[in-house]
Amino acid sequence: MHTRYLLSVMTAIVVTGCAGGAATPPSATDAGIAAKAEAMLKASFKARGQAGLDRLDQDETQRVCSALANKPPPREIAEKIERANLAMIKWPADGKLLGDWKNGEKIAQEGRGKQYSDDPAGPVGANCYACHQIAPQEVSYGTIGPSLYRFAKVRGYGPEIQKYAYGKVFNSDAYAACTTMPRFGHNGILTEQQMKDVVALLMDPESPVNK
Amino acid sequence: MRSHHRRAAQGVAALFILAAATALGQGSPVDEIAKYRAALQDGNPAELWEARGEDMWKQARGPKKASLERCDLGLGPGVVKGAYSELPKYFADADRVQDLETRLVWCMVTQQGYTEADAKKNPFGAGNDKKADMEALVAYVTSESRGIRMNVPQSHPKEQEAYRIGEKIFYYRGGPHDFGCATCHGDDGKRIRLQDLPNLTKVDGARKAYTTWPAYRVSQGELRSFQWRLNDCFRQQRFPELEFASDASIALTMFLARNANGAEFDAPAIKR
Amino acid sequence: MADPMKIRANVVGDTTEVKVLMSHEMETGQRKDAQGKTIPAWHIQTVNATWNGKTVLSAQWGPAVAKNPFLSFKFKGGAKGDKVQITWTDTRGDTRTDEATIG
Repeated sequence: MHTRYLLSVMTAIVVTGCAGGAATPPSATDAGIAAKAEAMLKASFKARGQAGLDRLDQDETQRVCSALANKPPPREIAEKIERANLAMIKWPADGKLLGDWKNGEKIAQEGRGKQYSDDPAGPVGANCYACHQIAPQEVSYGTIGPSLYRFAKVRGYGPEIQKYAYGKVFNSDAYAACTTMPRFGHNGILTEQQMKDVVALLMDPESPVNK
Repeated sequence: MRSHHRRAAQGVAALFILAAATALGQGSPVDEIAKYRAALQDGNPAELWEARGEDMWKQARGPKKASLERCDLGLGPGVVKGAYSELPKYFADADRVQDLETRLVWCMVTQQGYTEADAKKNPFGAGNDKKADMEALVAYVTSESRGIRMNVPQSHPKEQEAYRIGEKIFYYRGGPHDFGCATCHGDDGKRIRLQDLPNLTKVDGARKAYTTWPAYRVSQGELRSFQWRLNDCFRQQRFPELEFASDASIALTMFLARNANGAEFDAPAIKR
Repeated sequence: MADPMKIRANVVGDTTEVKVLMSHEMETGQRKDAQGKTIPAWHIQTVNATWNGKTVLSAQWGPAVAKNPFLSFKFKGGAKGDKVQITWTDTRGDTRTDEATIG
């Protein structure tokens, strides 16, 4: 199962980190420090609003990617993370992947959602413009992620690209292990309809993205 | 046909806007923000906090009716000048690494007789009717390190451990967005919307960022400290709330402050 | 009583430059709180500056002036040691006067 693969991968990273030399006190080893850091983190936060302490519990992907500390994952670790995350994608039951691009633009602009300062009943967006250039009319865009301007124009409008776009929004780690992009579907940030609307923003020929 | 005309019209419109912008002497949106910041430098409202903080430092307060003038910030009792440039550091009397706010809480408790809960309550101000004493004290103490080179120590084992733990926390990804500090601050030349992001994993980025906090945040209308900056980052990372002057906040500050060593401290500053 | 102003005054040649930082909420009266209620206006309405008792600047401010306002102005005259006094009054009827010596 994918969990066992990732656990063995994580052990491999930790063992490599502590290779060689005389006995080091547990706290001084990398694994020791990591354990202390996690414990300290959990003791230094308090639940507030919709953000409970459970948000500090890491899943396997978060754990492995944190241990890599910004270094790109080695090929076989990357493949294992991508395979494990791809297997967890839930595709729409009706097989339709395209929604309303006008709503997609609103979702891309909306920066609220999931913060403890946000109303849990309030709007939840994907905040895409924080990291991406998308529609050309919006000049206030970030550069943490690549430009998505002309997304379908460049890649094609067919079902394969639609599937890739939906999958990427649902779970970006399925395509790029340890990506900085949130897993909007997997972590329950966006609803299925919202994700379809975002896909439409990227894929609809009428969307300003492709004009 | 129609779409061709629209594209042509858009092209013309774009050229017109570019021409108009150049005529007005406007650069990119990021350049304009830099100009706005330069214009704000004169008359930094942070000075109002510095003045209030200095009064507070010298005032006899708390159940013991004592001032903070015997508070040891690491360079001896009452020595404020240069103290911030060497924080966080290990303090023998507390037997732990402490940052400025933690040390101020320590002095408020041991010398002024406040309870730790009272000293830590209301750390971040919200308007003239809800001022935070802590922010005023931080403004004053940090202003006395302006122009001094960062020199955070790494000699005590607890200082070294705090740094390593802070580094782990920096890379810790969690919450529904899988965010960690490194998500935004681990790369060169990136920005979120139009806000440039310093790469805190590199000395250059850490120096530029750490030496300009605390700062008067115009959008907040308040003097904001580094503790506030960490707290607000975690809120936006979709984490639960970082406790004020908590161990994790000290470790993270140790990691970032030490990375800034060698740079001239230039705060309280002013930011958007 | 409102927080004191920070005033700096320096003479260069025959001109004195005065810089004042005021502590004030400067609520415009156009903002709404989380419940949708308008937050009432509360801002400085008049500013008066004197040099050795003589008025050198008189201003009427409205809601467009920012929170914690910074005012900078020059006047002909002034010598080291002279007194410059700034007074503001606001929409609540509060007032604050602070003085500085020209350096």
